[in-house]
Amino acid sequence: MGALQRVLTKHPAYFLVGPAALWLLVFFAFPLVSLITTSLSDPSGSPIAGYDMTFRFQNYSEVISEYWPYLVRSFVYAGIATLLCLILGYVLAYAIAFKAGQYKTILLVLVVAPFFTSFLVRTLSWKLILGDDGWVVHTLQALHVMPPDGRILATPVAVVAGLTYNFLPFMILPLYASLEKIDHRLHEAASDLYASPARTFFRVTWPLSLPGVVGGTLLTFIPAAGDYINASLLGNTNTQMVGNKIQQLFTTASDYPHASALSVILMALIVVMVLMYVRKAGTEELL
Amino acid sequence: MTRIGRWIGSHLVLALGLLVLLYMYIPNFIVALMSFNDASGARNLYEFQSFTLDNWLNPCAPLGMCESVKVSIAIGFAATIFATILGTLASFALVRHRFEGRSTMNLMIFLPMATPEIVMGSSLLAMFVAAGQGGKLGFWTILIAHILFCLSFVIVTVRSRLAGLDSNLEKAAMDLFANESQTFWRITFPLVFPGILGAALLSFSLSFDDFIITNLNSGQTVTFPMFVWGAAQRGVPMQVNVVGTVMFILALTIVIVGEAASRRRRRLLAAR
Repeated sequence: MGALQRVLTKHPAYFLVGPAALWLLVFFAFPLVSLITTSLSDPSGSPIAGYDMTFRFQNYSEVISEYWPYLVRSFVYAGIATLLCLILGYVLAYAIAFKAGQYKTILLVLVVAPFFTSFLVRTLSWKLILGDDGWVVHTLQALHVMPPDGRILATPVAVVAGLTYNFLPFMILPLYASLEKIDHRLHEAASDLYASPARTFFRVTWPLSLPGVVGGTLLTFIPAAGDYINASLLGNTNTQMVGNKIQQLFTTASDYPHASALSVILMALIVVMVLMYVRKAGTEELL
Repeated sequence: MTRIGRWIGSHLVLALGLLVLLYMYIPNFIVALMSFNDASGARNLYEFQSFTLDNWLNPCAPLGMCESVKVSIAIGFAATIFATILGTLASFALVRHRFEGRSTMNLMIFLPMATPEIVMGSSLLAMFVAAGQGGKLGFWTILIAHILFCLSFVIVTVRSRLAGLDSNLEKAAMDLFANESQTFWRITFPLVFPGILGAALLSFSLSFDDFIITNLNSGQTVTFPMFVWGAAQRGVPMQVNVVGTVMFILALTIVIVGEAASRRRRRLLAAR
């Protein structure tokens, strides 16, 4: 006790940071350890009685051989949605950073504001927009882009559309933050040196915005890959993602060891992908 | 030609940007519209039938909805207060002090934000079950989880505000014989306050909105998103859209009033 007191009076920082650090340790780090031990436990237990940790590595091979299509689907859907978010988000972030003048703050508030309506309620409204009698389907049918009996709802298109919409602000805010820092005189210098607008963009703007691109794609891809709300509400049984499966295994099946193993695999795949991506983009200092 | 081209070039980006912004608002328009929908006797609940004010006049008509909103508000407030206090204290340490373990702490703050919700939720559930609390999931386990995921966002928000603070203002106060606590409460705190307020608002909306983590750790407790999820299997009551619209208007009002107040203060300071 005396030693602890001495540390605290000598280093006031530990007083300030202690409670938060303790919370993160007990409710973030410990649970991750607990997830790993559960994933190696004997599935014959129950959530109330607990599970016996037996280093049962078969849980992992069983989960991979049975549910790999869910993992693939999650990463493909999340990847496409992230790319779409990057295109849409870049346009809006660029417009706010360079073309909005005095309306910057207002536009930024407007980017965040729609998301104060519940996530689930907004996602449900896409059911109406993309529904079989909605205007999107009718227009596409009238233009003969889609066959008369074609659907959007309950297809992968609807799931990807939902993911793109829901995670767009996570892309826009980091993109804006790095675009906003770019000195406008660099653009003027480029055009003074006879660079075309396209060349200015690809040689000046885009490289300088890379930290925002990396941050934004990570903040979009990670939650999108783990999401199951869009797949449940807008998709069908063939569009389910890994989140759907993890959730079902925990709740309806009460098979915690297999559910935990699948969860650990998802986390491991994401960590590996993030590290590879960040190394390739050369922005390690972001982490 | 090039002048016309340049004009189109500069205005095209703005126009496209505004189109993207418009796209982000489509669901909000639909939610507001559906809050006036008379769905009684309707076969398809995802189609506008006819206009009514009933949903606004009787928001609590659907069984259990208003109770779930109350639960969400209670958890939202508690999580916001805890996370904002813990997070603000930690931010001061991280910006103002150099201490051993600082980079570990930064990593610990970053990691929860880089973890998919389903992984965070399932690891908490695994721990609660391993600790023998599997039968006692409910209000407290939800609150613990919400404080956890709000904490990182509070620290990131307050830390950036604090890091952008001009420390000359504090030095000036000290030069003018203000003691440490006077300097803190008269200079530092008021300057950081908008960041703290923003972090609190963000926390509340994250907590009010969370479904994935809550669903795994809630036991029998029903929050508003869980009510919507349950109802979506049968067909959602239109009153859900009333709650959605009210939340949207409320948040927008708070943000606009806050922004107007800070503009006014800035103008007064400039005029002095």
